[in-house]
Amino acid sequence: MLAKKLSASEVTDPALYFNRRNFIRAGILAASAVATGAVYRRLNPAGGGEVNTPLIQGVTVPAPATDPSGFRAADRQTSLQDITHYNNFYEFSTDKASVAPLAANFNTTGWRVSVEGLVKMPRVFELDDLLKLSPPEERIYRMRCVEGWSMVIPWVGYSLSKLLDAVEPLEEAKYVAFETLLDPKRMPEQSAGVLQWPYVEGLRLDEARHPLTLLATGLYGRALPPQDGAPIRLVVPWKYGFKGIKSIVKISLVASQPRTTWNSEAPREYGFYANVNPHVDHPRWSQATEQRIGEFGRRPTLMFNGYEEQVGHLYAGMDLRTNF
Amino acid sequence: MKEANLRFTKLLVLVNCAVPAALLAWDAWNHQLGANPVKFAILTTGMSALVFLMLTMLVTPLRKISGLNWIISFRRTFGLYAFFYACAHFLIFFALDRSLSISGTLSEMAKRKYLIVGSTGLLVMVPLAVTSTNAMIKRLGGKRWRALHRLAYVAAVAGVIHYYMQVKADTRQPLAFMGVLAILLGYRLVVYLRQRRPNKIPSNARCKANLPKKLSPTVVLDRTFPSHEHVEPKSPPNLPL
Ligand code: HEM
Repeated sequence: MLAKKLSASEVTDPALYFNRRNFIRAGILAASAVATGAVYRRLNPAGGGEVNTPLIQGVTVPAPATDPSGFRAADRQTSLQDITHYNNFYEFSTDKASVAPLAANFNTTGWRVSVEGLVKMPRVFELDDLLKLSPPEERIYRMRCVEGWSMVIPWVGYSLSKLLDAVEPLEEAKYVAFETLLDPKRMPEQSAGVLQWPYVEGLRLDEARHPLTLLATGLYGRALPPQDGAPIRLVVPWKYGFKGIKSIVKISLVASQPRTTWNSEAPREYGFYANVNPHVDHPRWSQATEQRIGEFGRRPTLMFNGYEEQVGHLYAGMDLRTNF
Repeated sequence: MKEANLRFTKLLVLVNCAVPAALLAWDAWNHQLGANPVKFAILTTGMSALVFLMLTMLVTPLRKISGLNWIISFRRTFGLYAFFYACAHFLIFFALDRSLSISGTLSEMAKRKYLIVGSTGLLVMVPLAVTSTNAMIKRLGGKRWRALHRLAYVAAVAGVIHYYMQVKADTRQPLAFMGVLAILLGYRLVVYLRQRRPNKIPSNARCKANLPKKLSPTVVLDRTFPSHEHVEPKSPPNLPL
């Protein structure tokens, strides 16, 4: 009796056994798929997240959309989500979707910008003083990246010329050089040797003085999110995006053409001028068309990014193939 | 491994290899491919193709080193998935970036050298996929099949170079892939050299050397063996004289 009872309880019902085995297998299958999914997500981040920088008070709207100033492009604006989650900002990551999360806690308190060099009134600006130098305007600009994509961004800021007027460049000043913050603790990828840090950019003085050249402090009516170059950046809408240096700490007026980051990285591929030009290809890809973010299919790229009327005269008589 | 377990493991591999495609489709359906969805899809499928090419090449060394022979059953799965992702990669580029324009695709290829390299990789994978069935292995014979399937090395090298050529400045990831590929190819080179070592002297030269001078060596060899390749190098033939 006893022996019979024991054996009956010891032998698991085959149906139950197979059920349990299937159950475990389904578990293994699901767990492994989740793990593979995690690897996939790690290798290919798509990006996402919120923007909650403060609103900027008293933004003015300079001119109607038809104004020849080019201040207000009539194109459909790119969404705030896309503008803030598709960023080239190598100081944080070389992956465009990873910049926003990695830059999220970027601290800009106590930010100063030194304006120096060949000027009558060199000055180190506290950020607040710099923001108050001229009333903030909304400027809707096309932005064309050298990689072949583009956006339409409602920036907030004022013409760089306002700042240049305030410091009074000397006669010998021919170029303006810009520098990004150098602080690997706050900009982690600066410890990697992908580019030479700090990031530097430059403009000819007449380009810098052009009313379209913008010192931007915000977009979509808000203060600049870190991933877009907080707290203050340059926007030059007729040039490829990499000319728009971010998180600026130094602006110097100089006599000769300054070294610029991408140009020294690959002089054959990225020129000092870097004017948007559908007729001069990048050595590794065509610049004739662009992928407008948010649109389906590619659209033709315009000469000087559509600002030829405003800026064409700056390059009169220049060979744009050699001065690319 | 027990048959039932092997079948389950095969299912496990089959399902996991499909995860990138499933997530890509799911994210596309939910508009979660980020700001530049077409580019995102091109990059993820390209990355998947490359990862699966590497996995395919990892199977044989892993099997030889670990002695786990059943690993071999996954080589074909990995290889076909590599081909699948590479095809998806190309088709997304052709359909959504180039808007199905053949001239647009060709003119872009002329401008971007890395597309020609990538296309080489994809093209050499076509005969491999076609001859991946058991029936094809039988038809070709193991030796010829193996020789043909060394084209997988060409695909992997082309894939990695294609990747390296198109990055703007951050070459860390393509270089990491290059490192992995170098190890995988290096392993095969070592195996090949080791197999060759006992017979450094070409076999027919040795046969010639052993022959009495007055005999014509070619005639003898031709009578014995239909072709020189069939000379078994390890044991010099007893010449039927
Ligand atoms: C063996 C075949 C191929 C492999 C393994 C492969 C792999 C890759 C990889 C790993 C990337 C970079 C992904 C990333 O940056 O995350 C890539 C990018 C790319 N591949 Fe391929 N590829 C192959 C064939 C092709 C073919 C045949 C074409 C088209 C003719 C092509 C077009 C592209 C394009 C357009 C990009 C994106 C470049 C960019 O805009 O950044 N690939 N591929």
